[in-house]
Amino acid sequence: MEATTTPVGCKMLEIKELAVEVEGKEIIKDLNLCIERGEVHVLFGPNGCGKTTLLMAILGVPTYTITKGRILFKDIDITNLPTNERVELGLGVSFQHPPEIRGVTLGDMVNIALDRKGEKIDERVIELGKRLNISAEFLHRDVNRGFSGGEVKRSEILQLLAQAPEFIMFDEPDSGVDVENIELIGDLMNELLGREKIPSQRERAGLVITHSGFILNYLKPDRAHVMLDGQIACSGMPDEVSKEIMEEGFERCVELCGKQVCAE
Amino acid sequence: MTEKEEIIERAVRAREKKAALGEDVAIDQYIAEAQEHQALSSLDEIATDYKQDMLHAGVDPSEKDRSGSFLQQDHSVVFSRVKYPGMELMSTTDALKKYDWLKDYMWQKIPVDTDKYTAEVELGQTHGYFIRAEPGSKVTMPIQSCLFISTDKIRQNVHNIIIAEENSELHIITGCSVSHTVNSALHLGVSEFYVKKGAKITFTMVHNWGGGIEVRPRTAVVVEDDGVFISNYILMTPVKSLQMFPTTYCVGRNARTTSQSIVYATGNAKIDMGAKVVLQGEGSKAEIVSRVIATDNAKVIARGDVYGETEHVKGHIECRALMLSDTAEVESIPSLRATRRDLELSHEAAVGKIAEDEIRYLMSRGLSEDEAASVIIRGFLNVDITGLPEALARETKKMFEMSLEKVM
Repeated sequence: MEATTTPVGCKMLEIKELAVEVEGKEIIKDLNLCIERGEVHVLFGPNGCGKTTLLMAILGVPTYTITKGRILFKDIDITNLPTNERVELGLGVSFQHPPEIRGVTLGDMVNIALDRKGEKIDERVIELGKRLNISAEFLHRDVNRGFSGGEVKRSEILQLLAQAPEFIMFDEPDSGVDVENIELIGDLMNELLGREKIPSQRERAGLVITHSGFILNYLKPDRAHVMLDGQIACSGMPDEVSKEIMEEGFERCVELCGKQVCAE
Repeated sequence: MTEKEEIIERAVRAREKKAALGEDVAIDQYIAEAQEHQALSSLDEIATDYKQDMLHAGVDPSEKDRSGSFLQQDHSVVFSRVKYPGMELMSTTDALKKYDWLKDYMWQKIPVDTDKYTAEVELGQTHGYFIRAEPGSKVTMPIQSCLFISTDKIRQNVHNIIIAEENSELHIITGCSVSHTVNSALHLGVSEFYVKKGAKITFTMVHNWGGGIEVRPRTAVVVEDDGVFISNYILMTPVKSLQMFPTTYCVGRNARTTSQSIVYATGNAKIDMGAKVVLQGEGSKAEIVSRVIATDNAKVIARGDVYGETEHVKGHIECRALMLSDTAEVESIPSLRATRRDLELSHEAAVGKIAEDEIRYLMSRGLSEDEAASVIIRGFLNVDITGLPEALARETKKMFEMSLEKVM
């Protein structure tokens, strides 16, 4: 019952009046979002509504130009920081379609995430890999090259386990994953986000983008938002919002949402 | 006229003959004579000054994990020793005196009148090495050979003969290097390789030249039945101009060859290089892989030719280039020629820049933009070296890393 929980600690991520352009076209307009420490939010929305753009803007990818507004992370204004400095502050992301890099293995990527230099695959990487059914052999493959949908997700999660960010964004963690893998991915997302702890002791936070909502069978977020046309059209309890979307579609959900769920 | 006289006459006639490829070099502007250097009783005696230059070409003066060493400084063979039985290593000049039959291996697949450079090597030969593995001899530890230039403005004309007798295995690391004190020089090298039935040669060559050095190697390889020839070439340091197009003739059944080249072209280098394979033995196979990075004002032509002249042969060419500057130039020329129906030849070539999304991906794992670019370049050049014994593969990797450290 979210009405009874009062925010504790500082704000993890705060987005104020954000506008983002891609190649001269405004994709996000006047977006506001606040995620507290310990919270996981889910972002619904149809394809092309700006979900990934929002993630990329938070990550600081230069092709996503911020024309207005500010992004605060742990009370630090990161609006103009390069990606790696945001990452150093504790930001992490699981990509939906990460690029393949020739000659750079998954093991290399995990070493980088661990801040380890050198060729040798760190022992810890092998250990982490085991939990994801990732063999030592797989670690020697060029990252994302010929990976299946499920392999991409597991590879992304492995890198995040090594990186251990405080705030993690997941771009469609449930797309292209078979039923067996989705449970494993859900479990590990819960672990990455520190969900095993009781709410008041949770330290980490996250933002999950999902088109289908499948992942919500395994991960229970604290809050849900629906994004339409580059804005957060409504927010509410995840179960209720997702139920409305499934039954009525995005547009109708926003209408209903305005009346019932978002009565704060 | 004796055979030798005929060869000399042909060479004389080809003295002014320009090469088919590459910028023309005025040979005479480089000095033919060089001061003799004293022989060394151990490689370690080489001047400390030169040690680093040799190390950069993969030559280890301590001879650790090497089965033998050959060092030619300018025109003098200053060290030549092999540590294991079953192998021979000496100056080609000495070998020709020792073995009468060796002359039959000279100018076999490289006509002496190919161009002015082959002619010059015949007419003004300054040693070169002769390496031979006796039948059945298998030494997995490599022989190292180093052709070193330490005198300014000279020309070095070597003729190398490498023979792996039947069912033998021979691994060679060769470093061509120049002292950091040399501003200009010309290196001409003729190399003839013979891989007999069931034999295997791996040849890993590191070029460590300088911005004023011109280089024109001429190489041919003959691979007999079930023979294997693997060549790895690394060029990461500046060079004024380099043109080479080594040709491997797979004459035997199931002969196999792999050629991998890694080139990092900087400054005003003019490089025209590649590999050609002629598949003449049934079931023979060729793979040509090249990775080229071009920056500054470097001009690179990366070639790959495979000719399929008999049944059931397979050949593949993969040329990739990465552009790091707008003033560099890369031309990638893969070429296939088939004269039989039942064969399989293919190629892929790609030229591009460092992909932005790859940079962003690496940055999202904590690397700065520059670090990310360097990881991508490293990965791009990181060709899997196959067919080498494990220790040698490790060593080659180390050599590659070392040359990379130098440029990045």
